[in-house]
Amino acid sequence: MAASAAEPRGSAEPTGRNHGLWIFAIWLPLAVIVDVLLYFVYGPHMPPGTMSDSAASQQFDIKVMSVLAAPVMVFVLVYAIYSFVVWRHREGDDEDGPAIYGHARIQATWITVTAVIVLFLAGFGSYELAWPGFAGAGAGQGPSPVWKPTDGTPVQVQVIGNQWRFTYRYPQFGGFETTALYIPVGVPVQFNVTSLDVIHDFWAYQLGVKADANPGVNNVAYTTAKHVGTFTVRCDELCGLWHGAMTNQGQVVSVADFQAWAQQTETQLASVTAMLPPYATAYDPTVVPQMSKAMVKGGLLGGNGYYYPPNDPSQP
Amino acid sequence: MSLPARVATLLVGFLAVAALAVFVVVHYFLASPQTVDFTAGVTPDTGASVNVVMQEDPQNTVSTHPDWVSYFIQNPTTKQWEHTTIFKVPAGSVVNMTILGYDGCTPLRNPVFGKVSGTIGGVAYVDGKPVTQLNSWSACNVGHTFSIPGINLNVPMATPNLNEANFLCGTSPCTSGPVRKVTFSFHTPKTAGTYFWQCRVPCGGGFVTGFGGPMQTIGFMTGNMEVVS
Repeated sequence: MAASAAEPRGSAEPTGRNHGLWIFAIWLPLAVIVDVLLYFVYGPHMPPGTMSDSAASQQFDIKVMSVLAAPVMVFVLVYAIYSFVVWRHREGDDEDGPAIYGHARIQATWITVTAVIVLFLAGFGSYELAWPGFAGAGAGQGPSPVWKPTDGTPVQVQVIGNQWRFTYRYPQFGGFETTALYIPVGVPVQFNVTSLDVIHDFWAYQLGVKADANPGVNNVAYTTAKHVGTFTVRCDELCGLWHGAMTNQGQVVSVADFQAWAQQTETQLASVTAMLPPYATAYDPTVVPQMSKAMVKGGLLGGNGYYYPPNDPSQP
Repeated sequence: MSLPARVATLLVGFLAVAALAVFVVVHYFLASPQTVDFTAGVTPDTGASVNVVMQEDPQNTVSTHPDWVSYFIQNPTTKQWEHTTIFKVPAGSVVNMTILGYDGCTPLRNPVFGKVSGTIGGVAYVDGKPVTQLNSWSACNVGHTFSIPGINLNVPMATPNLNEANFLCGTSPCTSGPVRKVTFSFHTPKTAGTYFWQCRVPCGGGFVTGFGGPMQTIGFMTGNMEVVS
């Protein structure tokens, strides 16, 4: 026993073959090849694309994560195949394998490498969120966003979740509200996301924008579109029977086309805008005095500014 | 117990459990309101028109939820009112819709849905008078809506006057009582498929946000328009 414990520890067998070195020699070029293919060949096609700065930053993040993760997967595969080939059971070989002992150098290397990767990802992720060009990377930042775009005044678009359709309000154009979503290319857009009933989630897939729509709360997300085109909006929070059908198409258009559309729509919807409550960053669906007046007038439930009577189920 | 008796008992027990399982699957999981067919004699994609007649009631006394508001569809052949919200129409056709509004008013949560959209001419007719929008907050004049988001169709349903509110129809399907007749036409998509429709007024009283119960149950305040080519 004492003699065994005194033997050099490691992956080397008595034959002198250094398996660790062999595995490393096989793994390294494979990992490099896979990483190059992932980053430069498949990378440009990774979701969500590059329609906006936030989408592009997310695609870059996914590429970086893939480049970090792929070598691990390659290592597992190389190790497994190497084991099957080199350490497979052979006819007549009934001896136990060599005992495995702790190996301080391998443990130190393992801890160091994983620590470096985790710390790198923490710094990388923080940088990606904070950099003004990404301004939160398309995520909802709540009512008081920490990261804001610095290149110009954003176009304000209020996203309102209704069971089961999003509507969009444009406060810089008289506060008109429509089911169509248009944004200009090359200009920062500030989405003010809220809901009038239950929790929804505004997910503009190709823009890389995703923000929860909570009733009574303004959730701000930024993006700047880089290309004109069409993007898909989906609700990404289970919100009832027709949640799966709560989708629509948005349009990124030129600044001139956006101005023309917004001004024309503002004029066309002027009579509808007059019916709407004053623009606010959020609306309380349970306290709507104007609505309640109509209900009281009609002899219906509610009253005193409340949409529902107290004995109804609790409101969100 | 003899072997044949034990085998028979086991077999009977197995069949009883299997029958119960089939009953549950058929009766609860596969159950769906019937589909009213408006495609008979109409060739799709010719622009031909079909006439669909519906009514919305303040209750549903023909169901196990008598206090739930509900739509009904009139069978074009028998003229009977069917307790369903699923109807089938030809692709590429024009639907001339008539909806009889027997229910009283409830304000829209979002008044933007008081605007008529997606109809031919962007207009609906209330008792023959054209309207393009109804303000449910300034006057209690909207009971429900008929909305098909997939084709951007939205029509607010006008209600009887406030002084008629205490005399609303009390038995479904309604055949008498204060009523507003809302008519409009719209083009069906050229693409076959199923397009859900819904009411946008939170009229599921007693449920969270008013959007539970009848609002999320096919056969009451939401359903499907099946477009066939």
